[in-house]
Amino acid sequence: MNIDFEIIVFYALAATGVVSGAMVLIARDVVRVAFWLLSSLSAVAGLYLHLGADFLGLTQVLVYIGGILVLILFGIMMTQRDPGLVKLERKSTRSMATGVGVSLVLFLVLASVINSVGWASRRPASATPTTQDLGTALLTDYVLPFELISVLLLVVLCGAAYLARRRVEQSHA
Amino acid sequence: MPDVGLKAYLMVAAALFSLGMGVVITRRNAIAVLCGVELILNGAALNFVAFNRYSAPAGRLDGQIFTIFIIILAAAEAAIALAILLNVFSITDSVLIDEADSLKE
Repeated sequence: MNIDFEIIVFYALAATGVVSGAMVLIARDVVRVAFWLLSSLSAVAGLYLHLGADFLGLTQVLVYIGGILVLILFGIMMTQRDPGLVKLERKSTRSMATGVGVSLVLFLVLASVINSVGWASRRPASATPTTQDLGTALLTDYVLPFELISVLLLVVLCGAAYLARRRVEQSHA
Repeated sequence: MPDVGLKAYLMVAAALFSLGMGVVITRRNAIAVLCGVELILNGAALNFVAFNRYSAPAGRLDGQIFTIFIIILAAAEAAIALAILLNVFSITDSVLIDEADSLKE
């Protein structure tokens, strides 16, 4: 009974993620695209939790939904001063059909590759909290990438602030 | 004991990746293209976590570390991309990617 519940949760999350992803592809309004992306990313966070990656699931919620999605909504807000742009976004249903076709063909190729490999089906051990092990790994085996990415984040912070700043006239200087 | 298995997760990740690729190829709005990139990155990250769960030795979390780095890089990429997009918008007054073509002239 317990196991059946796990499988039901997996299929619910997978269906939510894939259907929302498809709506990202076919929705017309860019605001709706952002909100379908929210639904899809939430489902992926649920899948992380389902895989026993508790820290990653919460990081996904915090960074993607709390950070990136809000950033995207701000981007939409600041660049859509003309409502006509929303209508212009897709010229025809032909480009939508192209997108659906490309996705379908790509997925079929990937699915046939996945099906052709006999994956090892090791029954995973029951999930344990991962936060402590992640912290230990980040400060021992992965300390160099960890430090590099902190420098990268600093550079991105300065770069984004520099790129997005308002240009001022320098005549008085 | 029944279990959904590794293959089911790989299928979901492949579906997310394909949908993201379709979005990147066919969308005209640059912000929607950015959403497609996020879908692609999520598909890849889901693969890492699933492989870590099903085929890593006990106690190893290398796949999850990779996913952490993917999430950080996605955040950095979104911030820079939106800053560039705001610049393009202030110059061309449009966020449609096929209208930012002044280098062709």
